[in-house]
Amino acid sequence: MAAKIEKLDEVTIRFAGDSGDGMQLTGSQFTNTTALLGNDLSTLPDYPAEIRAPAGTLFGVSGFQIHFGSKEISTPGDTCDVLVAMNPAALKVNLRSLRDGGIIIANRDGFNEKNLKLAEYEINPLDDGSLDKFQVHAVDITKLTTLAIQELNLSTKIVERSKNFFSLGMMYWMFSRPLDSSIKWIQEKFKKTPEIVEANTRVLKAGYNYGETTEIFHARYEVKPASLAPGRYRSITGNEATAWGLIAASSKAGLDLFLGSYPITPASEILHELSRYKNFRVKTFQAEDEIAGIASAIGASYGGSIGVTTTSGPGLALKTEAMGLAVMLELPLVIVDVQRGGPSTGLPTKTEQADLLQAVHGRNSEAPIPVIAACTPAGCFEAAYEATRIALKYMTPVILLTDGYLANGAEPWLIPSPDSLKEIPVKFHTDAKDFQPYSRDEKTLARPWAIPGTPGLEHRIGGLEKEHITGNVSYSAENHDFMVKLRQHKVDGIAEDLPHATVDGDERGDLLVVGWGGTYGAIKTAVENKRKEGKSVSQLHIKYVNPFQKNIGEILKNYKKILVPELNLGQLALLLQAKYLVPVIKLNKVEGLPFRADEIEKKIDELLK
Amino acid sequence: MKHVDELLKDVPKISVQKYTAKDFQSDQDVRWCPGCGDYSILAQVQRVLPELNIPKHNLVFVSGIGCSSRFPYYMDTYGFHGIHGRAAAIASGLKVARPELSVWVATGDGDGLSIGGNHFIHICRRNIDVKVILFNNQIYGLTKGQYSPTSEFGKVTKSSPYGAPDHPFNPLLVALGAEASFVARGMDRDPKLLQNIIRRAALHKGTAFMEVYQNCNVFNDGAFFTFTEKETKDDNVVVLEHGKPMIFGKEKDKGIKLEGFTPIAVSLKDGKYSVNDLIIHDEKDTMLSFILARMSNLPNLPRPVGIFYAVERQTYEQEVARQIESSITKLGEGTLDKLLNHGETWIIK
Ligand code: SF4
Repeated sequence: MAAKIEKLDEVTIRFAGDSGDGMQLTGSQFTNTTALLGNDLSTLPDYPAEIRAPAGTLFGVSGFQIHFGSKEISTPGDTCDVLVAMNPAALKVNLRSLRDGGIIIANRDGFNEKNLKLAEYEINPLDDGSLDKFQVHAVDITKLTTLAIQELNLSTKIVERSKNFFSLGMMYWMFSRPLDSSIKWIQEKFKKTPEIVEANTRVLKAGYNYGETTEIFHARYEVKPASLAPGRYRSITGNEATAWGLIAASSKAGLDLFLGSYPITPASEILHELSRYKNFRVKTFQAEDEIAGIASAIGASYGGSIGVTTTSGPGLALKTEAMGLAVMLELPLVIVDVQRGGPSTGLPTKTEQADLLQAVHGRNSEAPIPVIAACTPAGCFEAAYEATRIALKYMTPVILLTDGYLANGAEPWLIPSPDSLKEIPVKFHTDAKDFQPYSRDEKTLARPWAIPGTPGLEHRIGGLEKEHITGNVSYSAENHDFMVKLRQHKVDGIAEDLPHATVDGDERGDLLVVGWGGTYGAIKTAVENKRKEGKSVSQLHIKYVNPFQKNIGEILKNYKKILVPELNLGQLALLLQAKYLVPVIKLNKVEGLPFRADEIEKKIDELLK
Repeated sequence: MKHVDELLKDVPKISVQKYTAKDFQSDQDVRWCPGCGDYSILAQVQRVLPELNIPKHNLVFVSGIGCSSRFPYYMDTYGFHGIHGRAAAIASGLKVARPELSVWVATGDGDGLSIGGNHFIHICRRNIDVKVILFNNQIYGLTKGQYSPTSEFGKVTKSSPYGAPDHPFNPLLVALGAEASFVARGMDRDPKLLQNIIRRAALHKGTAFMEVYQNCNVFNDGAFFTFTEKETKDDNVVVLEHGKPMIFGKEKDKGIKLEGFTPIAVSLKDGKYSVNDLIIHDEKDTMLSFILARMSNLPNLPRPVGIFYAVERQTYEQEVARQIESSITKLGEGTLDKLLNHGETWIIK
């Protein structure tokens, strides 16, 4: 008897196993297939810093959560409906995120004595009744995988590596997804080793058929496509979107892109991505350290390229002095900080929002730099594009803040048409008559971009204070005071260029939830849920952290209470209070994980009691 | 635009615009201490540049921090006074972005070998076509007299009243160890030799490293006088000339011979050794370059100056350009449309 098919609006699945079990790969395959089916989705890869953490241990568990649906999806899901656990450690670590009544699919073979001990289980949880409130399916995944490919005579290592495709196949069956996209991917990925293509394909199909032919699963599910806006879509992660936004800006501006970067988690994928696009004349320079990353980018900007450097918190700290140089030189530069848990090395693979003050203020002396924050994985495209546009228009370094969650998270993205992107007009200065390197555009206060190679414009710039207009070295007290104020004024003036901030919800009311960066989806879900209950709560999400948009102060006045949830100890809250003298209520968490919507909902309830 | 070296090849001696040394002097007052060796280095660069026929607007001097790093302000070319130690990294980005420019770095022993040591070794190994002039005065001048990474062991300075406990760097060995493709040593007080080195460095394709002994007459006066002053010079310096035996001495009566891997100084007067026994300098000999650079650390040997090593190998920016061109040939010039719509996409109606 075929299992009956139930319709669902949304589902959250979490794949969990050893960091060597291929859970990230399984998760991203499920994501791609799901995106192709037209579901809306959001993902949360959650993995340890060690590449191959000791097998079976609690700290070596790697997880990948995907939330998808036929409705709009903004977060990777507060709790999951299905947990795929490849070993006892994976079960133990992730059980708290499984909802009551949720489904557990466990690899029974992984629950051996050794692994149980490593996960600190005295009795096998699959047998002791402790999981009774869940629907448990213990499947001999390793054994079934071995059987599926035994005639190929492959090493146990290869067999062991294929078993994640069995889980993937089962999930494809359970959620009625086709196999072809993953098969195509396997063929492409392993084309040099046909035996692996064969093995993985067989195992994938075996997993699917296992669902089809055995009767252990009572139900299959169907999640209809979401009603997304019409157009062409693709699935994209935050780091990919950042890279593409930079290339798009370079293409629109007609300038070469130069990336100077030192590998660092979780920003390295931007370097990887950009280094692929040689036919876009993108030059990537894998520098000897973080400082050389930014210094080379400044050199390239001086030469007329769009200089970019990408990093995470510790790297941003190392780049500090060079950022000050870029402020002094007034050259365009984009600095991308993919924030991670800190301080120091902190939690390299976990997300956090605690670099905000470092970005806005973390330099010696008065060194104003515009700061833009991306809100969603796909939103990184627009944010990177906008950061580049501002850098070029105002001749200034710009910091783009994303975070580990946005960087690795994926979502469907409505591909923009190239024509819909704002123009980025750029003009190098070429007129030698009366050339003054520190003269300024009346409106933007940008200085001319006079690149080496231009006859007659030979001039010297540097980190010493510049004399207004001439750019000569100047130690004059009045000039320094003037220039410090001028640089601040220039950055403040960017606010004139920005669209007004808009509120989602009501123009005035009892509570405004103000956020920035990657908390967007969780806040949005929480606010929408509470509005459905009739609560007077609205959302303001800040994309431009420095300078703030001009109407932010006005907006804040229209609500009785202001709540600022952040994955830090209250950094945006501090800036808002300092600038607008408004009392704000903080909601802070620094667990290395994004907010769950229900955490924010709880706080909203408390404030609107 | 064409690479500068190609320009040089096309128009070896006839230049569109004839420059003189004066054309390279900027309108800024030179502010080094009177008597400083920096003046000579500036003068030799300004003297050599007119011969090279590089359009002035294609020249960029990049520096870090320190006395030497004021250099760009005094050159009427493009100039970039960076931050401490980072000149090599800034210059690397500039040269990779704009291979047609002629990019030079002015740095010091502190700037280039201490705070900027990392960038220095990496520019050498990458072989980015940047000319690096390291003003070695074996002292921190701008911060008023602390010992530097090239100061001799035991040197008494403000920060080492009981003598520097540090063993110094030999800049040439650092450069050679980092696989620099052009390595030379000049001296502020030997203008002809310095000009020759600068000229050769300018024509070299790849990172060209020039150590220049520079007298800081305020904080380390006379550090190199044994090698630069008339009375002592000839007996204490051996000038390297490609293809020629290593002869030195006022009477040209001494030479350098190899015993195993160890160079020794021998007399040509007593009939025991002749010119035929001496090392014939070969700029392309990697092993020899290390031995010659090592001579500075050995006692009883003259100090070699001149061009130690000069070989051509592919530059970093050539490889970058090659990858870009081959990618464009294969995939066509990238367009926004191609970028956004490649790979797996789907349409929602
Ligand atoms: S301090 Fe020394 S190196 Fe610096 S300018 Fe004066 S003499 Fe020259």
